[in-house]
Amino acid sequence: MVPTSQVLGLAALLFCIGLAGVIVRRNLLIVLMSVELMLNAANLALVGFARARGDLEGQGLAFLIVALAAAEAAVGLAIVVSVFRSRRTVYADEVTLLRR
Amino acid sequence: MLLTAIVLLPLLGALVVALLPRAEERATRHLGFAFTLLTFAVSLGLAAFRPAEAGWQFVVQRPWVASLGIDFHLAVDGISLWLVLLTTFLTPIVLLSSYRAITTRVKEFVVAMLVLETGMLGVFLALDLFLFYVFWELVLVPMYLIIGIWGHGDRIYAALKFVLYTVVGSLLMLAAIIYLYVTHGQATGHYTFDYPTLMLSVWGRGEQLWLFLAFALAFAIKVPLFPLHTWLPDAHTQAPTAGSVVLAGVLLKLGTYGFLRFALPLFPWAAARCAPYLAALAVIGIIYGALVAYAQQDAKRLVAYSSVSHLGFVMLGLLAMNSAGLQGSLFLMLSHGVSTGGLFLAIGVLYERRHTNELAQFGGLWRPMPIFAGLFMVIMLSSAGLPGLSGFVGEFLILVGAFTHRLFVDGGEQLRLLTLPGAWHWGPRVVAGLAALGVLLGAVYLLAMFQKLMFGPITQPKNAELRDLDAREIAVFAPLVVLTFVMGIYPRPFLAPMEPAVNRLLHDFSVRYAASRDHQGSGVRRLRGKLDALRDEADQATAVPPAPARRGPSALPSAPRASELPSGRAAGVRPVKPPLARSHGPARGAA
Amino acid sequence: MTKTFPLLWIPLLPLLGAAINLLCGRVLSRRAVHAVACGSVAGALGVVVFAIFGRLWPLAWAAEGTHVPARLVQTAYAWITAGSVELPVGLVCDPLSAVMLLVVTLVGFLIHLYSTGYMAHERDHARFFGYLNLFTGAMLILVLADNLPLLFVGWEGVGVCSYLLIGFWYDKDGTERLGLANAMAGRKAFLVNRVGDVAFLLGMLVLFAATGTLSIESLALRASDLLLPLHPLGLGPYTVAGVAGLLLFIGAMGKSAQIPLYVWLPDAMAGPTPVSALIHAATMVTAGVYMVARMNFLFMLSPAVMGLIALVGATTALFAASIGFAQHDIKKVLAYSTISQLGYMFVAVGVGAFSAGIFHLFTHAFFKACLFLGAGAIIHALHDEQDLRQMGGLRRPLATTHWTFLVSTLAIAGIPPLSGFFSKDEILWRAIATANPALGSTWLPALLYVMSLAAALCTAFYMFRLYGLVFLGERRGAAPASSHGHAGGHAGGHAGGGHAGDLHLPGPAMEAPLIVLAGGAALLGLLGLPEVVGAWLGIEHINLFERWLAPVVDQGARLADRWAGGHRVAANALAESHGLEALLLLLSVAVAVGSSALAWKLYRAGPSALVARLTARLRWFYRLVLNKYWVDELYDWIIVRPYKALAVVLFQLIDRLVIDRLGVHGAARSVDGVGRVLRRLQTGSVQHYVVGLVIGVTALVVGVVGAALLGGGG
Repeated sequence: MVPTSQVLGLAALLFCIGLAGVIVRRNLLIVLMSVELMLNAANLALVGFARARGDLEGQGLAFLIVALAAAEAAVGLAIVVSVFRSRRTVYADEVTLLRR
Repeated sequence: MLLTAIVLLPLLGALVVALLPRAEERATRHLGFAFTLLTFAVSLGLAAFRPAEAGWQFVVQRPWVASLGIDFHLAVDGISLWLVLLTTFLTPIVLLSSYRAITTRVKEFVVAMLVLETGMLGVFLALDLFLFYVFWELVLVPMYLIIGIWGHGDRIYAALKFVLYTVVGSLLMLAAIIYLYVTHGQATGHYTFDYPTLMLSVWGRGEQLWLFLAFALAFAIKVPLFPLHTWLPDAHTQAPTAGSVVLAGVLLKLGTYGFLRFALPLFPWAAARCAPYLAALAVIGIIYGALVAYAQQDAKRLVAYSSVSHLGFVMLGLLAMNSAGLQGSLFLMLSHGVSTGGLFLAIGVLYERRHTNELAQFGGLWRPMPIFAGLFMVIMLSSAGLPGLSGFVGEFLILVGAFTHRLFVDGGEQLRLLTLPGAWHWGPRVVAGLAALGVLLGAVYLLAMFQKLMFGPITQPKNAELRDLDAREIAVFAPLVVLTFVMGIYPRPFLAPMEPAVNRLLHDFSVRYAASRDHQGSGVRRLRGKLDALRDEADQATAVPPAPARRGPSALPSAPRASELPSGRAAGVRPVKPPLARSHGPARGAA
Repeated sequence: MTKTFPLLWIPLLPLLGAAINLLCGRVLSRRAVHAVACGSVAGALGVVVFAIFGRLWPLAWAAEGTHVPARLVQTAYAWITAGSVELPVGLVCDPLSAVMLLVVTLVGFLIHLYSTGYMAHERDHARFFGYLNLFTGAMLILVLADNLPLLFVGWEGVGVCSYLLIGFWYDKDGTERLGLANAMAGRKAFLVNRVGDVAFLLGMLVLFAATGTLSIESLALRASDLLLPLHPLGLGPYTVAGVAGLLLFIGAMGKSAQIPLYVWLPDAMAGPTPVSALIHAATMVTAGVYMVARMNFLFMLSPAVMGLIALVGATTALFAASIGFAQHDIKKVLAYSTISQLGYMFVAVGVGAFSAGIFHLFTHAFFKACLFLGAGAIIHALHDEQDLRQMGGLRRPLATTHWTFLVSTLAIAGIPPLSGFFSKDEILWRAIATANPALGSTWLPALLYVMSLAAALCTAFYMFRLYGLVFLGERRGAAPASSHGHAGGHAGGHAGGGHAGDLHLPGPAMEAPLIVLAGGAALLGLLGLPEVVGAWLGIEHINLFERWLAPVVDQGARLADRWAGGHRVAANALAESHGLEALLLLLSVAVAVGSSALAWKLYRAGPSALVARLTARLRWFYRLVLNKYWVDELYDWIIVRPYKALAVVLFQLIDRLVIDRLGVHGAARSVDGVGRVLRRLQTGSVQHYVVGLVIGVTALVVGVVGAALLGGGG
């Protein structure tokens, strides 16, 4: 059996990679992918805990999060497409219309 | 019931007027005027006031938001009686004067004035602190609209300045009110905003200080007390005539009334500590206001600074904390409302004709407008404090009160409120002397203004054709002029109801001060037991029987004149029985 | 000896007249206005005469010998009652008030009558007579008041009326600035008066604080309170009486035009001449003297203040008299002469000779009013010419005016047997014969005497200079353009008076008062004959005036003897000597006659060559007095201009700059500034927001978990 700590460590690592991607990358599509990565990292952590405790609650929640991630990806991509249509760009630092 | 009618009738009128179609300007004006006249007529029902009684009369008390301890509690006593009548008297005059001056959005204007009247009356009559706050804030919005919409010149700036300045002060007062509510409820289990109930408890000394300052800030801005006065000249200059008259006539009195009714009696210990500074500011205001008024070229700004000067006098009388001083203050409040209101009306008459307030644009107006000149002169002289007119009575009583200021509180301790640091003995005399200087300086700028307007040859050709007052305008001025003569020659009916209420307030102040002094630490402490004992002692010691039983439900017991306990020879002409005569401790050294 | 009497009618009648004329005067005819105005004062005079001769006189007879003054009293109603302040509208008429009442109503009536002729050509008739009545009413209140605040009502009331009447011609044609100058003169009068009024107010406050009452009668009963030193006030050894007396006297200085508050009186000549006669000669300016006499008990308790009063009076008398030498305007000469004569009255009350001071007030009212009305007749005749250099040779054409003027001039110069001589001489004698224990007993009487005598010398001189320049010699001025058309006779409303050449002669309405007043000036001296004459004739108490006033004015001396151990002004050794009194009397006569004769000789034919030579020799002196010692200019530079500058500076600096810009706008701008800084967080970049989110969440988690760990573990 893989020790739970390693599972959680991997999950944390994936989470940080995803977070870094969200913060650093300019391309909105990459940002979305990074968000997906963060969500999956959370899923991994949940499954690891579920296996450690021996019940299925964590896995149930992981399913929920998968569905949530799919919906969020759909909406997020729709927004990116809309932004591209109006601004002709997918770079985050070029869509700062809400700046003072 | 009467008081509810008085307060809510203007509001009802506002609703009715709001329903009228916009085009019906004349009907709107007349209806609004009629409602204010009706309110005045109803307020004359206060003639049934019993002047010898010190307690609350015409009490209306109904639970409003019971869960929060907020009651709809209205009552009147000798202190608020004439202020209410001043308000109901001035508002019809103001509406009448605005017939020709307000030509756009007449309906909204009338509605605003009526709502304003309700607010002002509510402030004077409310005995529940929350209700008081509601009415206090209610006054702001109509005034903002009146200045901002129907004013001229830099009116938005003036209106905004007025609102922001006042609200800043009021917010701290709200915090203080809530603090009172919460601490009182925690200590006694009875959560209430009711003023007479709250008066039965004292707060700790440190708490009193910041509570007093919070209340004082709100009121000091309204008074206006130097140096928080700069909103007033701008508000007056840019407001329409009607706005100026009601602002100077009534709104400024809200501040001094608040001091007298709430800030001073509720927190006597803190009041005594802060009083010398307030007195200093008041005296500075008297002299500074008069000086700066002389430098003005705009008539309205000049009269605005004269208000600063006069209200400084009123504050001085309040801080004197004796019967003469307090009665003088109240009387001067009334007189100032009449005379300064009249001054603004006069300037408004000129503005209607020439659309300017610049003194240099006038001159020699006595020749084309003799009736106006005569009425204007009487009002001007009343403002200058000429004996025989209303201004002198108030100013004289205040000066006497300030000069003979010496306050004995329960337990024989002597307080000096009007003193200068390090000048225990002659502080009050110097303060009164400086205030007397204000009498001279007042004449300087008033006569200068009058001369620039009315005397000399006519320098602007347009002025030669100005028409004199018509019947409506005479109807606006005549009551004010008559009133100023009556008040000056026969002030008795105005002063008589004040005396018992004033004495009661002084007695309460004295008792609560002593309790505060004995109250170490913080938190709330009830007074009730102590008050009962004192009431019995007072009843035994005096010849005057205690006031009859018809009092408000939570009124403090009234005692005959316990305000000035003479130390020896300097008794008043009338024999003042000191009901709380105790052995006096040695006079305190430094304040 | 006290009786009630409806005294309220005395001031009420003129006040009613004023109300009628001011409110409805527009619709009344000229005749009606005159009738109301003169009638109301005549009514007041009637009541006064009845009250004094019908009621007061018998009381005074009965009280003769006792020290209790006869009094008529009336308490109308309770005026102000608040706390310890209790002020009724109480009126009292005792022998002192009686004298003043007679002066005010009698001289007042004559001047009202005169005005019907003098103001005949004016528009604003009703307004003038309304103000005149209002003044009379206020003055009567002042005289009759039995407590100080009510006196103050009258005191300021006459001040207001003076302001209104001085500036009556507020838009006079001629030059554009003339009307404005009149208004400014009125304002100056009111403001200078008010300076004194502030002091009066403070004096009242001191008295009230010390004794708890402001009723004059009650104050007199509290001499022990009045003598208390003011240690509690930090004013050390000075007594209540001293401080209050000083403050009240400063008030009197303002009202009665003494140094340094006299500057309003010469400017007040801008008003119509009847106004000058009534207000600035006979009544209002004498209110200060009256007040000091009425409060004699207070002043007698403080010899230091009395010494000050006498010195101020003497200085003013001499100072003002010196200015009279060079003035060109006939009314200005009379104005300065009034200031000077008022100084005499204050010398008198300052040495405790209250009845002498009031006697001089009494005689002065008659001869000065006559002089002013005469001057008015001259000005009227010459169509508003007031410059002495344009006059001369009016002896024949204006005969009545001339003779009455001459009589009054003789009176004011102090030539026997006219009234002025007796009243002035009594003052001189008492000045030298009184010792003041607070100031020097040796130098003060001598100084007062010398200054007063010098002033008398000057007075006689410049008054006869005036007489000579106006009436003697040849006419110097050209016939001025008439201000109202002279086509044949005169239409519409002025009482009689024809023409002689280009002169507009006074009518009977103007001449009758002149004659009555001159008669008074001549004969009234008999009421106050000095003791020396009495000794010579073998009659005791020959001074009827003094006898009449004694119960009232001796009160102070008695109180001081009883409570202050006799520490008061009192007769010194010289007072015994009848010989000295006679000698000084003759000296006064000599000085008066000599000085008058000198002036006669110099100005007999108008300003002679001799005068021109003297003027050239004494150039510096001439310029000094011609420019009135430049006092007005001095006041302008020291007081008026700095005040205005201070007002502007305060406004711009403190209100505009410090409070508004720094304070209010500063607060607004700092809020704006903070907002500006915080706004930079809104970059619009989502990624920045995410960073913020992460930081916040991390902080929260660390905080919660950390707190839980610490709480659980610790």
